[in-house]
Amino acid sequence: MKIGTMTVKAGLAEMLKGGVIMDVTDAGQAKIAEDAGAVAVMALERVPSDIRADGGVARMADPEKIKEIQQAVSIPVMAKARIGHFVEAQILEALEVDYIDESEVLTPADEANHINKHKFTVPFVCGAVNLGEALRRIAEGAAMIRTKGEAGTGNVVEAVRHMRTILGEIKRLTSMDEDELFAAAKEHRAPVELVKWVAGNGKLPVVNFSAGGLATPADAALMMQLGAEGVFVGSGIFKSEDPASRAKAIVEATTHYNDPKVLAEVSSGLKQAMPGIEISEIGEENLIQHRGW
Amino acid sequence: MTDPATQAPTIGVLSLQGAFREHIQALERLGAVAVDVRRRRQLEGLDGLVIPGGESTTIGKLMVSYHMLDEVRRLGEEGLPIFGTCAGLVMLAQEVCEGDQPLLGLMDICARRNAFGRQVKSFETGLDIPAIGAEPLHGVFIRAPWIESAGSGVEVLASHEGHGVAARQGNLLVTAFHPELTDDLRLHELFLGMVRGPA
Repeated sequence: MKIGTMTVKAGLAEMLKGGVIMDVTDAGQAKIAEDAGAVAVMALERVPSDIRADGGVARMADPEKIKEIQQAVSIPVMAKARIGHFVEAQILEALEVDYIDESEVLTPADEANHINKHKFTVPFVCGAVNLGEALRRIAEGAAMIRTKGEAGTGNVVEAVRHMRTILGEIKRLTSMDEDELFAAAKEHRAPVELVKWVAGNGKLPVVNFSAGGLATPADAALMMQLGAEGVFVGSGIFKSEDPASRAKAIVEATTHYNDPKVLAEVSSGLKQAMPGIEISEIGEENLIQHRGW
Repeated sequence: MTDPATQAPTIGVLSLQGAFREHIQALERLGAVAVDVRRRRQLEGLDGLVIPGGESTTIGKLMVSYHMLDEVRRLGEEGLPIFGTCAGLVMLAQEVCEGDQPLLGLMDICARRNAFGRQVKSFETGLDIPAIGAEPLHGVFIRAPWIESAGSGVEVLASHEGHGVAARQGNLLVTAFHPELTDDLRLHELFLGMVRGPA
C-alpha cells in the first residue's frame, strides 16, 4: 500500500474536474459553498480583492480558521501557501488539508525558488500564465495546474489570455517533429521529457483548471468552452450581492457550459456581481500574475 | 439501445461532474457505445449507466436540480444495470453513515464517506477480486468511501483492511476505488457482462 504517489495526488484533481472550487474565509462561507455544490473550498485569510485593496503582506490562513472550515464541510479543503514558503506548506500538511495552492495571490517568500513539492504527501496546485511555467511547476511536483488570471479583479480577460496561451502552445508542440522539441524545451524553459510528453499527448500531464477574475456563470462557461477542466472562483462569489445564488449558478454553468439555454436561465436575476477592475488601471507593476518564475 | 449491426450496448455516463471522460474511454475501448448524460432526457434508451467518481455532494445536488434523481432511481428499480465508482458508490447507497445528502438509495449498503481519511491518506494497493480472476487488481483510492454494512442480498467482491470496497447486488455494481484511472478494464468488462445478461 502506497500513499502520496503522483497517481493519488493527480487523481484527486481528476475527481474535481467539471467542478467549481470556491475561495472562503470562514466556516459560514464554506457551508454556503458546499450547499451550492462546490467540489472543494479554498481556505484563505482574505479574498484576493481585499488583499489587492488592503495591501501589506498576505500569508497563509490561521490554522484555527482552517480547522473550523474542515469541521464545517465534508468536501475537500484546500489552502494557500506563499510561493517558496515550504514551512507554511509543512503546517498545512500537518493540518491535513487536501490540496495546497502555492499561490501568487499571497506575498512570495522566495524570489528564486518554488517549493519542492515532491517532498510532500499532500498534493499541490500551482498557477501558470504559459506552458513553460506550467511545466516547471509540474517538474517541481505540482499535481494540478490553474491559470493565474488576474486575481481579485472580477475581470476574466487575463484568465482567457493564459488559457489560450497554454492551449495554443500545446497545439504548436504537437505539430513539431522530435528534432524541434529540444529547442522548444529551451524556449519554454521546461524539462525536455515533459515537453516531449506534451507533444505526444496533446495535453498537460495533470488537470488544468482556470482561475483569476471569474465573476459570473458566463465567465465560468467561457473558460470551460475554451478548454479548462474546471474553475476556481475567488472574490467573485463572496464579494457579490447574493453569494449563495451566484455560487449555485456558477456550479450549474460549469456543468452545462455547452448549453446556452441553461446558461441563460442560471444567469437570470442574480443581483450585482462583484465590482470589476479594468486591468490597465492596475498598473503593470501591481499585477499579481507576474509573481512566480 | 443496442446497435443491431454491431451488438454494441449503449452505456450512459453521468457527466455532471468528475472523472466521466475516463469512463467513456474505458467503455469505448471495450467496444461499447458510451454517451455522456447531463440532462434527464438523455437517460432514455440506455442499456446501462455509469456514475463516475467526483464529489458526491455536487453530483447529488445537480441530479436534484435537473430532476434526474427520481428518474435514475426508477430506471435502477426497473433493472437498468448501474455501475458506481467512489462517489457513484455513495450515490447508489441506501444511506450514508454520517450527514445528509441526496442519494439514489438503490443498493442495500451503508456507505461511509471519506472513510480512509483525508487526501494525505489516499493510497494505491493490490486487491484480490475473485469475481474478475486470480490476478490482483491495482486499486486507486482517493478520499475513498467504504461499505460500512451490507444487506444479505449484497455480494461483497473485495475488501481492504476488513472493509468492503467492491460489491454487486442484482443489476448494481459499485467500487470504492477508481478502475477508470488505471488500464485494467476487468471491472468495466464485468459490468458490460451484467448489461448483456446471461449468455
